[in-house]
Amino acid sequence: MIRAEHIQIGYDEKIVIKDLSLNIHKGEVVSILGPNGCGKSTLLKTLSRVLKPMKGSILIENNPIHSIGTKNLSRKIAMLSQHNEAPAGITVKELVYYGRLPHKKWFETKNKEDETIIDWALTHTGLKDYKDRLVSGLSGGERQRVWLAMALAQKPEVLLLDEPTTYLDISHQLELMELIRSINEKFNMTIIMVLHDLNQASEYSDRLVIMKKGEIKGDGSPCELINEQLLREIYNIQCDIDINPLTSKPRIHPIKTCRGHCILQQAN
Amino acid sequence: MKNKKLFWIISANILLITLIILFSTVGSVNLGFGEIIHELLQGDNQMVRTIVLKMRLPRNLLAVLVGANLAVAGLFLQAVMKNPLADPGITGVSSGASVGAIIILLVSPAHTGILPIVAFVGGSIACILVYAMAWKKGLQPNRIVLAGVAVNTILGGIISFFSTMYSDRIQSAMLWLNGSLATKTWGDVETLVGYSIVGLIASFFLIRSANILQLGDEAAVNLGLNIHRARIIISAVAVFLAATATAVVGIVSFVGLIVPHIARMLMGNDHKYTLPFSMALGSTVLLIADTLGRTIGGSIEIPVGVIMAIVGGPFFLYLLRKKGAY
Repeated sequence: MIRAEHIQIGYDEKIVIKDLSLNIHKGEVVSILGPNGCGKSTLLKTLSRVLKPMKGSILIENNPIHSIGTKNLSRKIAMLSQHNEAPAGITVKELVYYGRLPHKKWFETKNKEDETIIDWALTHTGLKDYKDRLVSGLSGGERQRVWLAMALAQKPEVLLLDEPTTYLDISHQLELMELIRSINEKFNMTIIMVLHDLNQASEYSDRLVIMKKGEIKGDGSPCELINEQLLREIYNIQCDIDINPLTSKPRIHPIKTCRGHCILQQAN
Repeated sequence: MKNKKLFWIISANILLITLIILFSTVGSVNLGFGEIIHELLQGDNQMVRTIVLKMRLPRNLLAVLVGANLAVAGLFLQAVMKNPLADPGITGVSSGASVGAIIILLVSPAHTGILPIVAFVGGSIACILVYAMAWKKGLQPNRIVLAGVAVNTILGGIISFFSTMYSDRIQSAMLWLNGSLATKTWGDVETLVGYSIVGLIASFFLIRSANILQLGDEAAVNLGLNIHRARIIISAVAVFLAATATAVVGIVSFVGLIVPHIARMLMGNDHKYTLPFSMALGSTVLLIADTLGRTIGGSIEIPVGVIMAIVGGPFFLYLLRKKGAY
């Protein structure tokens, strides 16, 4: 579905990712994990063409994304950024309508189909009763859902999410993850997200991509991939891992940092 | 909501048309409203016809055009730069035009005929300079503001230099630098009207891009907007509107800054509403300012730019306090 081929990405002089290839299949839920500064958000932004790779290319259905045309691409890929700014005085429904613009010519106005899709996006994000409220008056979690609804209104085939749960409390976090999962199952939408929470990634993803220092260090299903040694290598942490009896997915219980352990040993 | 906004837009336009007619009655020669209508229809008093048709009406119409141009320019530049302090001046267009105008007025007063062209070229060059300096892997709004401040400072220095060197001729330049509609004729209206119509119609095609830009760069890219191209096109239309207006009447500050703010306070952030409202409001504000300028000082004309600064400034502060919008 979407493929990165030997991409190199950086800002100005600093190269964040040297040479990375990744192939993501249709209908997968993929989480990209890794410590701060490992390049996971950079990778996601490149997949969404917000950043342009210095070398290599991103292909969607075997076409290089920079050859497709940015508006065409918006009908295939939607991205939910971590930070979003809504103009003051805009209502939920108005903001979600922006998601329809990639499907419209410049002179076309809102039609019945748009109304139906906006309604659908609002219903699936639990915002139906909020549609005439001002975005600025909503809580952080509600606002994040409005932006997600906008991305859904784009009716994309691939949905990219950059740390979608960061500002949410635990119940909203799980709600959002369940929502993402259900959208994936119902519409076979490919989901690629950057996550910090290892347990959520393990629980809700088909596939994990673990990065460190701009390289992929592990790629596979949560069950094959997650083990104590990998987490020690990637995050410098010591942890216990067991299996969630309800979902048979690995569950991670962090204990302490290895670094701290070493320092203590040295002191002794 | 929508109907209320539509109501405001229609009201603003009705008010504008009323004021154009009403303000043709006031001035150093006061004429009654009925008297004007009567004279225009019957047409036996040549003096009334001359005052109204040859002097006041073209002047009022010019105020309408300049006001609309500057207000729309400011609205768009604030959207492009995502900076509420942006006004046409920040792009260098005013100071560039001033340098052009001042060189003509002070150094070579015999060539005042080509002043609008020189002012337009000066404004455009300054603006291209600012945008070229601001370009770094695309158009960065913050860099436009910084480059604009720097270029404005340099051009301000050049203006001061010429003002000092030719201080004996400064009188004529002062009138231009403060933006004046005095002595404007139908010829000036004809010069500007074509450009205004082209620029203002073009602005309606940019509503959607201007709206999407407000969502931030990442969201705009994700919605399929080519943000750099959009910024350049929107700026180009804004600068064209500001440069043509400035070339004809000189520097009128503040309209481009406050009118878009008032429009947003009343209309929200959708350019579908703020654009037509800014247009009508910009015209109205400048028309009122010019009429005040030519009536309150008795026989002395106060330039419209001065009125805008002195009356517009406090009014803006009042709105800011009252609405607490920022």
